[in-house]
Amino acid sequence: MTEGSIVGSFIVPVHPHTVLAPEQNEGWQRLRDAFDEAAQRIKDADADLLIIYSTTWPSIIGHQIQADPNPEWVMVDNDFHDLGSIPYSFNIDADFAHAWNVANEKRGLKSRTVNYTGFPIDVGSVVALKLLNPDNAIPAVIVSSNVYANRSETTVLAKSCLDVIKATGRKAVAITAMSLSNRMFTAPIDPKDDRIHSLKDDEWNRKILEFLGEGRLEDVGQLSRTIHQQIRVQKVVAFKPMWWLSGMNDNRNNLSGEVLAYEAIHGAGGAVVHLDPTPSGAGDKEYDEDDVEFFSGERNVLDAEEEHELIEDSVAPTSSGPELWEPTTGEHSVNSEAAPKPVGMYPHARKVGDLLYLSGVGPRQPGTNAIPGGPICDENGQALDYDIKAQTKAVVDNITRILEEAGGSIEDVLDVTSFLVDMDRDFSGYNEVWAETLGKVGPTRTTLAIRALPTPIAVEMKVIARAPTTE
Amino acid sequence: MTQGEIVAGCLAPHPPHLVYAENPPQNEPVAEGGWEQLRWGYERLRDSLKDVEYDAIVLLSPHWQTYVGTHFLGLPNFKSLSVDPVFPNLFRYHYDLNIDVDLTSKIHDKAAKAGLTVKMMENPDFRVDYGTITTGHMFNPAWDKPLVVISSNRSRDYYSVEVMQEMMIELGKVTREAILESGKKVVVIASNSLSHRHFTTESAIPEDMSKEHITSHAMHLWDMRMINYFRTGQAQRILDEMPEFTEQAIAESDGGGLSWLLSTLDTPSYPATLHGYGTIIGTGNAIVEWPERDHKEAKQ
Ligand SMILES: [Fe+2]
Repeated sequence: MTEGSIVGSFIVPVHPHTVLAPEQNEGWQRLRDAFDEAAQRIKDADADLLIIYSTTWPSIIGHQIQADPNPEWVMVDNDFHDLGSIPYSFNIDADFAHAWNVANEKRGLKSRTVNYTGFPIDVGSVVALKLLNPDNAIPAVIVSSNVYANRSETTVLAKSCLDVIKATGRKAVAITAMSLSNRMFTAPIDPKDDRIHSLKDDEWNRKILEFLGEGRLEDVGQLSRTIHQQIRVQKVVAFKPMWWLSGMNDNRNNLSGEVLAYEAIHGAGGAVVHLDPTPSGAGDKEYDEDDVEFFSGERNVLDAEEEHELIEDSVAPTSSGPELWEPTTGEHSVNSEAAPKPVGMYPHARKVGDLLYLSGVGPRQPGTNAIPGGPICDENGQALDYDIKAQTKAVVDNITRILEEAGGSIEDVLDVTSFLVDMDRDFSGYNEVWAETLGKVGPTRTTLAIRALPTPIAVEMKVIARAPTTE
Repeated sequence: MTQGEIVAGCLAPHPPHLVYAENPPQNEPVAEGGWEQLRWGYERLRDSLKDVEYDAIVLLSPHWQTYVGTHFLGLPNFKSLSVDPVFPNLFRYHYDLNIDVDLTSKIHDKAAKAGLTVKMMENPDFRVDYGTITTGHMFNPAWDKPLVVISSNRSRDYYSVEVMQEMMIELGKVTREAILESGKKVVVIASNSLSHRHFTTESAIPEDMSKEHITSHAMHLWDMRMINYFRTGQAQRILDEMPEFTEQAIAESDGGGLSWLLSTLDTPSYPATLHGYGTIIGTGNAIVEWPERDHKEAKQ
């Protein structure tokens, strides 16, 4: 079986107008058309599972997952009951719901499935499933939004869902049913007069959609607290759906995004957005909040017996090592946001005459400090297996970024001194990557074996380059 | 026509756990009891009103949440199954309740005239919220009185406690006027808890009373402060402190019920009767009665 994955993600609005009255307002109709387009794209992607995180299904005891294989009822909206009723009969993947529930508990979350005749499926989920899955051809699951949950809990909820998708080989579509700005008019309006409630709401919505259109989902996730303060009515503690959706996409920032529609629904911001997993080539993350694998927050009010044991063996190795410094900024210093932070008081590079001297460059990633190919040892000094080719490639990439930041390119490299911590093991892999990259540029080279480097890395390069002629 | 009368006002909270613990035939799940302090409190409330004649119950529940104004159930009968979306394991109740559409319309029309945004809910498929049903059942298990059911306008979420309270005080005034003009005898009920911080875990046996307590001492202090005001006839003080109480005790008064109730009772200065107090998954709940029928000076 091939490993399962997310084949697409969608953001869709929650109010019933797109189902019951699209003809009453041109914008509602455009949203409806976008829903129909999204349904077609889901079909074309050959998806075999729809996963809905709904902001209109609140829960208190952890998260709840719908597990009635065929829930049927008639939904009437609390506010817009005069628009009519929506009868529904859905196709729910109960097996997946149960597996997700177990996966949640393994990652420290409170979770339960619900399977009760007459359970009131929320308006956001009903609208999404009615329009995205009109013939019920694709089985679905629905998860609630916990009123007290914050970022870590919501992120872990996505990771446990991914655990099941991967293990079961599913081709899943992740959907958040949500408004952008959620302030509605507090009095009835003539449908033809609908508009976004305020200019501020509209400007924020457009900024969010600009990011999403660029595939910058994780950036929107990390802006969630600001979004909550700026354009969300304070009904719950946080604006969560983008945390979940970003988690479902490995917290990536380089998806291919497309805004299919953006319109007002009774003043609230409604958008249909498609996020395709194909990398868009977009840049780095603007923010870098912690990545979290297990939830171990305060969920233990009743008694202490339910302590969740963290499953240590599957926790990704955390980077450790010396303290990170801001690069120094003296005269002639050249520093790059795109390069990893120094481990001491020095700049990334320094320009002298026609030459640019780079401080030793390792493979650590800017922002996350992660080591491609893995660290050479764990926090206790125990040796780990690592990939010298991936590390060497990452070093060359970092050099490229620093030179580009300085206005030059990799072509400017004149002389390189390379340091390997294990010459016997790593020389050939290192040499192979060299040949494909810097070897083609043609600098002189000296390779030395040394006992250790300050972080758990296997290779570092000292570079002298031609200084860029600009300025 | 004779003048209408409010015979009593009640604070009567609606955690579905109470109906679950009672095991009425309408509710599907079965319990081994639990939350007796509160259920006995409801018994005392029912007892207190058993010889009092009245025609209708006017009730505001925070679980019919509306953002586009205040809504009213506007058809004579609603019959269906109510499943609590948060505690479906405890509450799946087959209800059959009657609405006093005439009194409802009177309150609705007066509120509209006073400038409030109001709407009648006339969709027969609409499912009545579990808060209304829980309080409705606990207060009157026979369901032999028609109801007026008012939604909870979430103006606190949209604006502030202060704005919410202004609107609820206005709604209370017109509710009172409409009742007095209707010639009917009525009980008015706000269905809400006091402090409202839940546990986010549930014990294996939900009715295991060894696990039940208030979530924090601060919540307890706020609840006792409010109860003291109830019992000493200081309704105005409750309204004055509502912003602090609602925010610091995360109180369910955010839905407007308590403010509306005190306004409907014309901000009573006579003492209320505390029939019971207890916690439900950590939230504080008081069952309180303002016996307006015994305070002729308060009638108008
Ligand atoms: Fe409640």
